[in-house]
Amino acid sequence: MALHVSDLKFMGYRRDNGRVGVRNHVVILPVDDISNAACEAVANNIKGTLALPHAYGRLQFGADLDLHFRTMIGTGSNPNVAAVVVIGIEPGWTRKIADGIAETGKPVAAFSIEQNGDLKTIMDASRAAKGFVHYASELQRVECPISELWVSTKCGESDTTTGLGSCPTVGNMYDKLLPEGIYGCFGETSEITGAEHICQERAVNPEVGARWYQMWEAYQEDVIFANQTDDLSESQPTKGNIEGGLTTIEEKALGNLEKIGRTSRYIDILEPAEAPRSGPGLYFMDSSSAAAECVTLMAAGGYVVHTFPTGQGNVVGNPIVPVIKISANPRTVRTMSEHIDVDVSGILRREMTIDQAGDALIEMIVRTSNGRSTAAEALGHREFVMTKLYRSA
Amino acid sequence: MSAPHLLVHDHADNVGVVVVEHLKAGTTMLCVVTADNSSFELVVKEDVPIGHKVALDDLQEGGTAIKYGEDIGKFVADVAKGAHVHVHNLKTKRW
Repeated sequence: MALHVSDLKFMGYRRDNGRVGVRNHVVILPVDDISNAACEAVANNIKGTLALPHAYGRLQFGADLDLHFRTMIGTGSNPNVAAVVVIGIEPGWTRKIADGIAETGKPVAAFSIEQNGDLKTIMDASRAAKGFVHYASELQRVECPISELWVSTKCGESDTTTGLGSCPTVGNMYDKLLPEGIYGCFGETSEITGAEHICQERAVNPEVGARWYQMWEAYQEDVIFANQTDDLSESQPTKGNIEGGLTTIEEKALGNLEKIGRTSRYIDILEPAEAPRSGPGLYFMDSSSAAAECVTLMAAGGYVVHTFPTGQGNVVGNPIVPVIKISANPRTVRTMSEHIDVDVSGILRREMTIDQAGDALIEMIVRTSNGRSTAAEALGHREFVMTKLYRSA
Repeated sequence: MSAPHLLVHDHADNVGVVVVEHLKAGTTMLCVVTADNSSFELVVKEDVPIGHKVALDDLQEGGTAIKYGEDIGKFVADVAKGAHVHVHNLKTKRW
């Protein structure tokens, strides 16, 4: 029986700013690499908290520093996060990030290590974190209409089966849920190469399409052509893609674009980690095609569920956003079954239509939003990877 | 319908994708065009792994590979109908 998407509801956590989360994390957020140890110590002390160690945050400048702050503040502001302890080496940038997150109305506490040392910082931050765990653990899920979901997508370890099965499954989901008023997001700027003419046409109007094309062209010039030393024949497509039968970037791009379905149109373009501001609809985020970087950026943009088609079996997860894995490759769903949430290999056998697969994905999105652990969550995949634009000063 | 060996996105395509494991040379493949579920048969000339492509016609060096009805690169060698298409005979036009 066909799914009535308008009637779908899920149980989520409504935050003070009106946004709805599907997880309820208490995050211990390091401002910089040298604060990772203190954050991990706090997360070890206080059960039910989650440290997000990462490699950067020192001597960055310009657009790269802006992106760092946007990613930090966006991560803390994500509705899947109930409360945040921010720890940095010094108080200035620490306070800036804490203040940015506090604009959501959620509880935030900031600690800096200089003139305190790790041990006093860990003690003070642990007390704050413990209070936040008590607060978060008493929050209740409430029934929400499907329209309040923000669902992002990015595919990984693609092969030819992703273009045939798992990517069109995501596209079918977007064609059904975007008209209900959800927010969607796709990206992977380098991976549109070869299908850029098609992607430009999928904009809601020519003005947005022209802006999209300028963004894509700037990426080609400033990143690919400025830095390439060969024909990228083992980078894009990747070695894994090639193993799976993908031969050229054009072929990979056409499969990738299947994720936006048949009728969906993107309404605006986002900088990396930027939150959408043009209302419900589909957005393109300028982002790397590397899985963990891309999912981290989309999570920082405010998306609360991620749909991830894979062919050869990318195992990526994210600490704050459930990553739902979809695969149509019968070998992958057999040999890597513990990583796959939605098996759509029936599409290749012509036992399952794209429409049926889209419904199966929507059902899994609702179950995941209600609290079902994804494969990546159960397996402990918490890849949190900051995007760096250039060398630090 | 029994399960196909090869799927083709579009009628304009000159390559299709093997969707079964352990496909052996000489197999008469059931090929399905996903655009309209029409089908045809083709004998595969080599063992081709799942996910890899097969030429639907005799294709010439310098010609364009078509998949999804779109240009996916140029052939850098002649390819016989039923032969394996991959990095040894097909290359991007982009970088």
